[in-house]
Amino acid sequence: MTAPAGAAIAFDGVTVAYPGSDRPAVAGVTFEAAAGELVVLLGPSGCGKSTLLRTVNRLVDLSAGRVLLDGRDVAGVDAVELRRSIGYAIQAVGLFAHMTVAENIAVVPTLLGWPAADIDRRVDELLTLVRLEPARYRHRRPRQLSGGEAQRVGVARAISARPRVLLMDEPFGAVDALVRADLQRELARIVAELGTTTLFVTHDVDEALRLADRVVVMREGGIEQVAVPLDMLASPATPYVRELVHAGDAVYRQYFEHVHSLLRGGA
Amino acid sequence: MTYIASHFAHVAALAAAHVELVGAALAVALIVAIPVGIFAARHARASAWILGSLGALYTIPSLALLAVFVQLFGLGFVPIFVALVLYGQFMLARNIVAGITGVDPAQVEAAHGLGMSNAQVLARVEFPQALPVVVGGVRIAAVAMIAIATLGGYVGGSGLGVLIFNGLTLHQPSMIVAGSVAASMLAIVVDGMLRLVERRARRALG
Repeated sequence: MTAPAGAAIAFDGVTVAYPGSDRPAVAGVTFEAAAGELVVLLGPSGCGKSTLLRTVNRLVDLSAGRVLLDGRDVAGVDAVELRRSIGYAIQAVGLFAHMTVAENIAVVPTLLGWPAADIDRRVDELLTLVRLEPARYRHRRPRQLSGGEAQRVGVARAISARPRVLLMDEPFGAVDALVRADLQRELARIVAELGTTTLFVTHDVDEALRLADRVVVMREGGIEQVAVPLDMLASPATPYVRELVHAGDAVYRQYFEHVHSLLRGGA
Repeated sequence: MTYIASHFAHVAALAAAHVELVGAALAVALIVAIPVGIFAARHARASAWILGSLGALYTIPSLALLAVFVQLFGLGFVPIFVALVLYGQFMLARNIVAGITGVDPAQVEAAHGLGMSNAQVLARVEFPQALPVVVGGVRIAAVAMIAIATLGGYVGGSGLGVLIFNGLTLHQPSMIVAGSVAASMLAIVVDGMLRLVERRARRALG
């Protein structure tokens, strides 16, 4: 099957100010993610990365600026319709406890009114894609899944209706390191395969540098640097970025260059 | 017990009237409590106020409340019916609020993020998850209402309370016992049935 091409995401002077807060959560952020690109938003908690992510599917309203998908302002699209066209996965996963794995994955196709036969086929296809054997997992309940399995189902649910944009908010933050590495590899594979434009939020530097086509480092609501991982390591724009990505640590840099060549070499 | 055996048709008719009264009051109470509960669950500040008021209402002795409604509506079915609807509010609304606010916030976030409308989030995620707690509220309300409904016998309504109050007037302890035992059995049966429903709703959550 030919995957639909990802949509370009443009942030144009995006500002989000919450009432009662003395500084905006996101302040005048401008950058673009090209179609099919995997962009990681990296920074400590409270830096505005999740808020920025949530402006794309309008879970957060803008105080100023615009968010454009393929040049179209998301503010002009019905929020519910917009969200159905955008994949969304979060750290807590939020699988619906009263539904089976198959029903969870089928949520968006069901909302979109796909025929039942198409939904069934799609569920099996997705379970296979995230490497969960359909016959074994289809009828399980979320409670019967391990943390890693639940995350896989969460990813399958997020991409079920073939979204052109995928938003992931620390999706692997709650699983242990081994499973996380596994999930990262598979996400990179899936996203490359589908060509979905992906915004991925994390505070984990290692994860950011492994996964990203480009990394956006955020701090106190603003952008510190946007760069491809190797460039960020080679020439951090600010002392903050330098410290964050251990740019001064030659061993880490070498280790990471090695990781990157392994990850990206095959693609 | 011998009274129940010897006047079975009479007791059965009063029990049926009792069930009818409580059933109708419970249905109307739910129709009121569901929107009230949903509203309170969405507005934390209003919630404290609403549940506080309903709780205060709940502390008024049922006999006193009934006396007020007899002044307003006269004798018969209406005063006890209105009193039951009001008494049910607190238990029903409280559990609806607890059920909805108790839903895992990650599931609600995911539901919105995946593109469910507010109504769909309520119907497809919050309601099924809250159901066991809501049914628990219905069960507690139903049992309390079965007990309070016996006061209907005092104000000219029907139901098993008629046996109790007639027994008091006529000095017939067997009637009093019959009315009390029948009302208790009714409460036990309803409690058991709703427990089953509650368990099934809980099991549906996985």
